[in-house]
Amino acid sequence: MSGAVLSRRAFMKRSAGVAASTALGGLMAVGADLQPAAARTAELRIREAKSYPSVCPYCAVGCGTVVHTVDGKVVNVEGDPRSPINNGTLCPKGAAIYQLHVNPNRIDKVLHRAPGATEWEVWDLGQAMDRVAELVKQTRDETFVEKTADGKTLMNSMGIFSLGGATMDNEWNHIHQKLMRGLGIVAIENQARI
Amino acid sequence: MAWQTQASPPAQPGPVSTPIGSPGPATPPVASPAAQATPSTQGASGSVEVAGAPVQTGQYNAEPMGFYTDTTVCIGCKACEVACKEWNQLPASNGGANLLSGLSYDNTRRLDGEHWRHVRFIEQFDESRSQGRWLMMSDVCKHCVQAGCLEVCPTGAIIRTEFDTVVIQSDTCNGCRACIPACPFGVIEVNPVNNTAMKCTLCYDRLQAGLQPACSQACPTASIQFGPIRELKGRANMRLEQLQGQGVDQARLYGADDSIVGGLNSFYLLVDEPEVYGLPANPQLPSRNVPTGAGLSALGAAALGVLGAVGLRKHRMDQFAEEARASAASGAVDGEVRGG
Amino acid sequence: MRLGRGAATTYPGNLVHSDCILIEGSNMAECHPVAFRFVMQAKLAGAKIIHADPRFTRTTAMADVHAPLRAGSDIAFLGGLINYVINSERWNTDPFFKEYVSTYTNAGTIINPEFQDTEDLDGIFSGLGPYQEGEWGLNGFTGQYDNKTWQYAQGPVGDQGRTANTAQSGETGVSSGQPGAEAAQVPVGPPFDPVVQALLKPPPTSDPTLQDPNCAFQILKRHFSRYTPEMVERVTGCPQDQFIATADMMLANSGAERTTSICYAVGWTQHTYGPQMIGAAALLQLLLGNMGRPGGGILALRGHATIQGSTDIPTLYHSIHGYMAHPTILKQHETLTDYVKAEALPRSYWANLPKFMVSYLKSMWGEAATPENDFGYGWHPRIFGDHSHMPMVLAMMDGEVKGMMAMGQNPAVGGQNAVMQRLALAKLDWLVVKDNFETETAAFWYNSPEVTGGQIATEDIPTEVFFFPSAQVAEMDGSYTNTQRLVQFHHKAADPPGDCRSDVWWTYELGKRLKDLYAGSTAPRDQGFLNLTWDYEPEPEEVEQWAIKDEPSFDKILREINGYESGTGKLLPSFTALKDDGSTTCASWIYSGIYPEEGKLRAASRNPDPVGGPGTNLNWAYSWPANRRVLYNRAAARPDGTPWSERKKWVWWDPNKVPAPTAAAPNPPPGMWDGYDVPDFVANKAPNAPADPNAIGLAGHAGTDPFIMKADGKGWLFTPTGLVDGPLPTHYEPLETPVRNPLYGQQVNPVLKRWDREGNVAVEVGDPAYPYVLSTYRLTEHHLSGVMSRWLPWLAELQPELFVEISPELATEKGIQNVDLVRVSTPRGQIQAKALVTRRMRPLNVADQVIHHVGLPWHWGYQGVVTGSVVNDLALLVGDPNVSIHEGKAFVCNVEKA
Repeated sequence: MSGAVLSRRAFMKRSAGVAASTALGGLMAVGADLQPAAARTAELRIREAKSYPSVCPYCAVGCGTVVHTVDGKVVNVEGDPRSPINNGTLCPKGAAIYQLHVNPNRIDKVLHRAPGATEWEVWDLGQAMDRVAELVKQTRDETFVEKTADGKTLMNSMGIFSLGGATMDNEWNHIHQKLMRGLGIVAIENQARI
Repeated sequence: MAWQTQASPPAQPGPVSTPIGSPGPATPPVASPAAQATPSTQGASGSVEVAGAPVQTGQYNAEPMGFYTDTTVCIGCKACEVACKEWNQLPASNGGANLLSGLSYDNTRRLDGEHWRHVRFIEQFDESRSQGRWLMMSDVCKHCVQAGCLEVCPTGAIIRTEFDTVVIQSDTCNGCRACIPACPFGVIEVNPVNNTAMKCTLCYDRLQAGLQPACSQACPTASIQFGPIRELKGRANMRLEQLQGQGVDQARLYGADDSIVGGLNSFYLLVDEPEVYGLPANPQLPSRNVPTGAGLSALGAAALGVLGAVGLRKHRMDQFAEEARASAASGAVDGEVRGG
Repeated sequence: MRLGRGAATTYPGNLVHSDCILIEGSNMAECHPVAFRFVMQAKLAGAKIIHADPRFTRTTAMADVHAPLRAGSDIAFLGGLINYVINSERWNTDPFFKEYVSTYTNAGTIINPEFQDTEDLDGIFSGLGPYQEGEWGLNGFTGQYDNKTWQYAQGPVGDQGRTANTAQSGETGVSSGQPGAEAAQVPVGPPFDPVVQALLKPPPTSDPTLQDPNCAFQILKRHFSRYTPEMVERVTGCPQDQFIATADMMLANSGAERTTSICYAVGWTQHTYGPQMIGAAALLQLLLGNMGRPGGGILALRGHATIQGSTDIPTLYHSIHGYMAHPTILKQHETLTDYVKAEALPRSYWANLPKFMVSYLKSMWGEAATPENDFGYGWHPRIFGDHSHMPMVLAMMDGEVKGMMAMGQNPAVGGQNAVMQRLALAKLDWLVVKDNFETETAAFWYNSPEVTGGQIATEDIPTEVFFFPSAQVAEMDGSYTNTQRLVQFHHKAADPPGDCRSDVWWTYELGKRLKDLYAGSTAPRDQGFLNLTWDYEPEPEEVEQWAIKDEPSFDKILREINGYESGTGKLLPSFTALKDDGSTTCASWIYSGIYPEEGKLRAASRNPDPVGGPGTNLNWAYSWPANRRVLYNRAAARPDGTPWSERKKWVWWDPNKVPAPTAAAPNPPPGMWDGYDVPDFVANKAPNAPADPNAIGLAGHAGTDPFIMKADGKGWLFTPTGLVDGPLPTHYEPLETPVRNPLYGQQVNPVLKRWDREGNVAVEVGDPAYPYVLSTYRLTEHHLSGVMSRWLPWLAELQPELFVEISPELATEKGIQNVDLVRVSTPRGQIQAKALVTRRMRPLNVADQVIHHVGLPWHWGYQGVVTGSVVNDLALLVGDPNVSIHEGKAFVCNVEKA
């Protein structure tokens, strides 16, 4: 595999380094300089921002949010006062949405662990997608059943299990279940058992 | 169709004829965030219909503004703590790797340079559980009318704004710590990131742009209400009357009149003695408990400040330890104050 | 199952119209704080708030009444309320209740006289037999009912019932109540109307006086007759005072002038009788006349951003779009006509199922789906058992599953019996994890307790593991469906960093690669996939402002969900436009109307009502079905169509309002339903319209039948079909409990699902080694398995460490002090947590025993800024028989000082 190798130890060390800097303060951790709230003429840090209507990704109450960006970067997320659901309010999780996006603990590379390996490797995104497609095809082809012994149509593969969906977008749920069912994968589940 | 304002339905069932109208309660008016702003600023909310739209701002009148905190509707969610940190980009204790306090659901424990909002939790249960309350209160800088911190600040870093709020200007703060013991509420601490004294600014930057403070906007149950002080006092008095009418004899306002350091621009509705919530019954200004005050030299203030801070910190640590021991021994004790 | 749709009947904002709110099975203030603001607004306006819960939580702190009850005993509590209500003077004298119940429910319907109740058979219903395990081998049922004797005396009415609540879990042999014997005379579709017409049976018989001993009401009255306040106290531990206060408050706040609502969450679902618990609440609300009315209803408080959407658009094995049953070999589903015969309900809106199904098949296979090939139905896979999460873990353990994708879900922490979940991961050939942070599932091979504890060596784990970093909500376009069925769109505001990608991107790219890999295959098994339509390429203007240029087109996906004319691509205005001949393409019939015309994506509409309105906010996003906000709202009016009261006006019949002319009816007669909400009824069907017994669809319902999805248009007090474990809710004990069932000889749900094997051993009733009742739950400050909260410093500091909540009484007994380290154990595993000793926990007296509760939030794991033991290591794989939900809210454990 040609991906850049980042040993698990090095990876953990890097994380620890991040943790050390966060230990001193989330000011660094959240990627912001400490710009003290100045006086007399306090500059609004979103004055030049662009606003995007959005929705809280935590629970299912569906609070409206407004995302502010400056130079293409998320700088603030707060409740949308116009939403009849939350009228600008949020819970602590909703108030922390910014930190889901801007967070030094966030990984932005694909990690791959070979069978039996003790370390992650960083992989190229396209290479990883190719490999997953190969594995899906291989497993499907090995486990596909067209008919039962008594001749009923089955057209499925029980060799692959897809888990997740309640935290994703509707659009993903649609195309994912479509792809799975299109392939004959029926073991599809998410958090919504009832 | 014409919507009628809903009168308050009777608490007990009975014939009623009020149609569905207002989605909110009528008495007392629980201000929706939009209604919490002064009329001139309604709509200056930053909300958008079109993706990529510019931020809308507005303007508040220069008059005393502040918080009215109705503790009876606080659900202890801590949205205020996080919204404050988000807007002011404040760090978490130890990068978030905090320790469990054992003091009810309070783990941030106090106001300080990194925590400008703090939610207290007070468990009051008798042994039979026939009487039980879990009181919660979001605490913050009181923005005192007579502000001890401002009085002692040797560098002039602490100012009073056009909204009658009290703001520390970090770029002129030299970290001398004089303000820390001067505050009778224990609000101020040095932020370890920049080594200046820090506390709630009542979102001065947002106020100047006609946006309400991050914490009150976030508060889901309108426990923290923001607005002109004169308006907030009216709301608070209505709520007080309602509670007293329901037999909540212990309901009272704290800091709404001038009896406490000339009045608090962040005042509270409580249902127990102030001390239960960690609020001093009779707070003293530094001109009374600190011998020097405004005339103090910067050096002297710094020395005193350090000592004061150490003393305060030690006192608090002792208090936490004592409370943790007490609650371990007895579970929870009737009337015990938990969450120093 | 009692009402017809698997969704909340109301929305949180509607709670401001409530005069009383019962919160049970939910810690609403903590888990849904922003929805709880409406509870607080109602309270400030004078409403009474009741919290029934084992613990005193932040919700209880705001309540007027706390009814403490033992975890898992809610059916006894609700059954007690039902018994109290129907024997109360108010219910028997106020004409409102009689009129509502006898008109809008199946209270008067005559049931098969051979039906035998749990009162007759000591805790079981007639028809119980042994379960024969099928080919799948992992269905887990401990018994099965033949529901023949539960049917209406006139014959089975059937229940399409593909709601989340009534999902069939692959059980065999349970007669569905569907006709089918006369298959030979039925034609083959399309067109399918004759097929549906042939399914018609005579309508059921009814006694409107509710006096017939075999009518549903009399059966239910006998069924709950022993659920007295004394018995409620004995079973639940709730002192009679609090129980009676609850009952009186709900009764006093129900009627023509007042309404009571009920809020629940997973405290009700996660039991071996979870759907029955919700059914008991629906039954109570029907009896109190609170369904379909403002400030009434049942509000399901769901926990994930689109848990409703992922059920509507199901990434769930048992159903396909819009609550249609997934084709299965366990029913007669071989051809499309077979499927229609088994699933359509001739006398309900489900008579239109062929239109929904054919349009769905067109969304799969496009032009390749033709009438000649059954619209590609033969390519569609079939299920053959319970392929839900718990049995699939066992299939992984058994080596049957080779590959797994965990997308935004973290079973190493969130799964039941998490030890087994992680051991199962180690059996896989390959595992894909896609998430924002390196989850416990992604890191299981080097950091799980099994590896760090030396039980398994990393080198011996054969699994090839991928971690794909995800884009976050502000970094992609898309929509969520919230707890009130409201679909809301979020806009992309920024590009994600590095190789982080949206989930849609990932699945689309995988599909494109597989299309390439399968290209040219002539194998019959591959033809369906080769014909699968798969074009979501973005238009240039969709991506021009972003760095990532190959993000799929959400617009194309939404068109497919909403539906369009097959030839022209013209968007469909609503599901009423769907056809069964292939001329329409629509993936999700219930979402049809969300994108009704060019440039009008209703999920993205953000126009709130002006202040002072009724709060329906019909122009804020889009609520399925057809933008209705309160379901079954025909019941908000009297049978004659006038409002029950001025105060509770919501939807009513306006005899003078003239419908818009259509091509079919250029001069329609006056008379329309009107109101603050979109009527959940045929818009111009008069209240006095009779049912046509020979018609299919809604013409078979009268103008007084509000439950349009049900076969008889009624709310079901008695469910003849749709539930595999009985037509009425019955108190059973949790599988693990310290208590013998005080009500019946039958201890547990006789058909529950269990999977006994090494590593998944249940505790016997009353085992002194595990004497305490354990519930797991969430905190405001964290989310689920912690992936979206324990990595965020701002949230981590608020609740940094795992704790176990115990009462001072139990603490004293066990010599435990506050913040001491404690060991909690079950046969499945043991964990460590710090003690939080609090009087908010209290011992309860149940059936002459003192029951101690132990509470554990389950947000911690071995990855993140803050870490802690995995609470689900303690949990057991055991399931409800209807939907295979686990029993996470009531099991037993031991607690010792560590």
